[in-house]
Amino acid sequence: MKLTKSIRIKKGANLKIIGEASKILKKNILPSIFSIKPTDFFGLIPKLIVKEGDKVKVGTPLFYSKENPEITIVSPISGSIKSIIRGAKRKILELIIDSDSKNLKIKHDVTFQENDKHEVQKIKNLLLISGCWPFLKQRPYGVIADPNVSPKAIFISTIDKAPLGVDYDFILKSRIDDFQLGVNVLNKMSSGKVFLGLDKNFRGFFEKIKNVQMYDVQGPHPSGDVSFHIHKISPINPGEKIWTINPEDVANIGSFFKTGNYTPTRTIAIAGSVVKEPKYYETIIGSELKKFMKDSKVDNNIQVRCINGNVLNGKIESSDGFIGYFNNLISIIPEGNNYRMFGWLPFVDNKILSLSNTSLSWLFNRNGSEVNSNLNGEERALVVTGEMESFFPMDIYPMQLIKACLASDIEKMEGLGIYEVIPEDFALIDFSNTSKIEAQEIVRQGIELMIKEVG
Amino acid sequence: MKNFLRNKIDLIKRNFQKGEKFEKFAPAVNAFDTFLFVPNHTTQKGSHIRDAVDLKRTMVTVIIALMPVLIYGIYNTGYQYYIQTGESFTFLDAFYHGSLKIIPMIIVSYVVGLSIEFAFAVYRGHEVNEGYLVTGLLIPMIMPVDIPLWMVAISVAFAVLIAKEAFGGTGMNILNPALTARAFAFFAYPTYMSGNKVWVSEASNVDSISGETILGYLAAGQNIDYSVMDMFMGSIPGSIAETSTFWVIIGALILVLTGVGSWRIIVSGILGGAFMGFIFNLLGLNPLMEFSWINHLIVGGFAFGIVFMATDPVSAAQTNMGKWIYGFLVGVFCIMIRVFNPAYPEGVMLAILLMNVFAPTIDHYVINLNIERRKKRWSQDNLVKTI
Repeated sequence: MKLTKSIRIKKGANLKIIGEASKILKKNILPSIFSIKPTDFFGLIPKLIVKEGDKVKVGTPLFYSKENPEITIVSPISGSIKSIIRGAKRKILELIIDSDSKNLKIKHDVTFQENDKHEVQKIKNLLLISGCWPFLKQRPYGVIADPNVSPKAIFISTIDKAPLGVDYDFILKSRIDDFQLGVNVLNKMSSGKVFLGLDKNFRGFFEKIKNVQMYDVQGPHPSGDVSFHIHKISPINPGEKIWTINPEDVANIGSFFKTGNYTPTRTIAIAGSVVKEPKYYETIIGSELKKFMKDSKVDNNIQVRCINGNVLNGKIESSDGFIGYFNNLISIIPEGNNYRMFGWLPFVDNKILSLSNTSLSWLFNRNGSEVNSNLNGEERALVVTGEMESFFPMDIYPMQLIKACLASDIEKMEGLGIYEVIPEDFALIDFSNTSKIEAQEIVRQGIELMIKEVG
Repeated sequence: MKNFLRNKIDLIKRNFQKGEKFEKFAPAVNAFDTFLFVPNHTTQKGSHIRDAVDLKRTMVTVIIALMPVLIYGIYNTGYQYYIQTGESFTFLDAFYHGSLKIIPMIIVSYVVGLSIEFAFAVYRGHEVNEGYLVTGLLIPMIMPVDIPLWMVAISVAFAVLIAKEAFGGTGMNILNPALTARAFAFFAYPTYMSGNKVWVSEASNVDSISGETILGYLAAGQNIDYSVMDMFMGSIPGSIAETSTFWVIIGALILVLTGVGSWRIIVSGILGGAFMGFIFNLLGLNPLMEFSWINHLIVGGFAFGIVFMATDPVSAAQTNMGKWIYGFLVGVFCIMIRVFNPAYPEGVMLAILLMNVFAPTIDHYVINLNIERRKKRWSQDNLVKTI
């Protein structure tokens, strides 16, 4: 093992929430309905290939990217297209697929000759036609990777310090070979190196992986988020591209090159204070949530909110919804639609999680707090200064960047570092800021503007 | 009780819902409602969970920090009056006398200021921001005790309209609104804002009562007969709540420990004031220059201004490095104006207003350093694309 660098992040905060998933993996639950959401892919405009009623196999393309038709998103299951749900302006929101339990797969030829000159192009083509390509995300902006570029580096973070975060070592320890194979494939596509971020306190099996540049990370959340690693190790300049990928998807790419079949394995943790038996499930991308919620005994008596991802930057999902494309965590928390009398007084309601010293939350929530979705106030003008900086471990002025996004000032956004961030990086700022400013949403709109105007 | 109240409010609010008759006035009703109850709003986008802190809690913390100085200020108003009349008095007598003077000022300030705030909230269709709760209390606290109520009202109206709403409301103002109110009164009604007949209660009505601030005495070249302890504890004439450095320190601790006030501005402000005072001590050309730098820090409005006015996050510098520069310069200019401009023996008001104007410039240069650093990295890597 070769460590290139050790990153120590000081700014940030670990939010301790009750209901973390215990290290139990359950495998045999297979739902009959699946869903793929084009909205899971930031910046993608979908063009449908299938229509309602079509039969699909595992690996059959469902839709492609309007901007880059080579990129297709494929079916994770064999069956038939049950319905295509559209929203305002006929925007495609969801493709619902009925499973036929036959598990028919599209097989690809993944054999290579020795010293093939066109190996890299071949790998790219295989990833594209198999449907593995969308696993790769590209910085700047966090969109699906562009097959026509050679990234200066590929980053994989095996750390999840977010509230209720998952343990990638636990998820992948039975797929070490797949992971190694995936890393080998990634290595061929980058002009630079493949970087693997490890938790300094617990490296797990990842420290045995070869063909990667490893680095250690320590510090509170968001120290696990890959943006901050890139910022410290290889900051993005205009024109440069870096790819990132979720550890489980590295293993999925590995499986594909081993078997020739698209492998949409997704291990999810169902966690949160209303989950009585929080644990891990191995299933497939897009699975319906119901069975897992029932199995993990989610409290039926209260109104809950299901979130694809963590409570800070996940996407809201109805309780009869589906698992998202990229996340390994389903957080389930109670809705907080209740009133609190005089709750605005300092040092009142200390049970509510708070990073501010106007609350005794740090004293009352030592064993983790029970969170809900209450806004705990109302949106106000930006008044308090300096608080965003203390939860944002980059050499970037977050408040000024947010203001530049609000003002659509492209030159300033560039100067202040818009290329180095994705909306999710602002999750902790969303949580902690006094004025209840929707930082992630503002930055998302800023990035959409950048994609449109600068590209 | 709680449910009963909640139901009643919901009943009243029905008339203010969208499409109803009083829809436009919803912000006004919401302002009252949200003071009783934190609303049941849930997160719709972004983070699904939110911190317990909000702007109300932050502002209320500032008000709590102001309470010790306010209570002492009320007492001191009575104290200054009774020691001049020679009557015997108790703490309660003094407090009662002060209350009679100061509570009406606070009521006028809140009524006038909040009326304008509510009107603008209804007009602009946004919720009422909580900033005025602090401003409205600060304004009477920094006025001379004998100022007529109508002057308080006009100063408040000027500050809220010109210093705040004209710039776009809370969060947008350049100048600290409370200090703008004082500056307005200072220039519009100078006879009520300086001299030896305004600082002690009833001095303007009763001939035998008078009193100059320490800085006023020094500016006039007279000696002072107050001890350092008097100055520190605050039993001296001055604007209502500025006199007691001791109780200001208690307020500062509340602000800093809760993280509501910027310790950077407070520390750098004190450093700046001490630095300038020390330089002047070395020169020692007039009584104000000779006045020890330590005493400079504890007399007049210096402590109050640095702790409660300079730290106003909207009008101060916003970057951490900017805060150091801003605070230091507030301290420097405060002492400099005191010493060089005997017409305005108290410099803290003008120093803070001056630095309020320069704060965006300081931030601009600090942020530009960051931008330059990034651009340098781009060109070092020879990868700048001409866009």
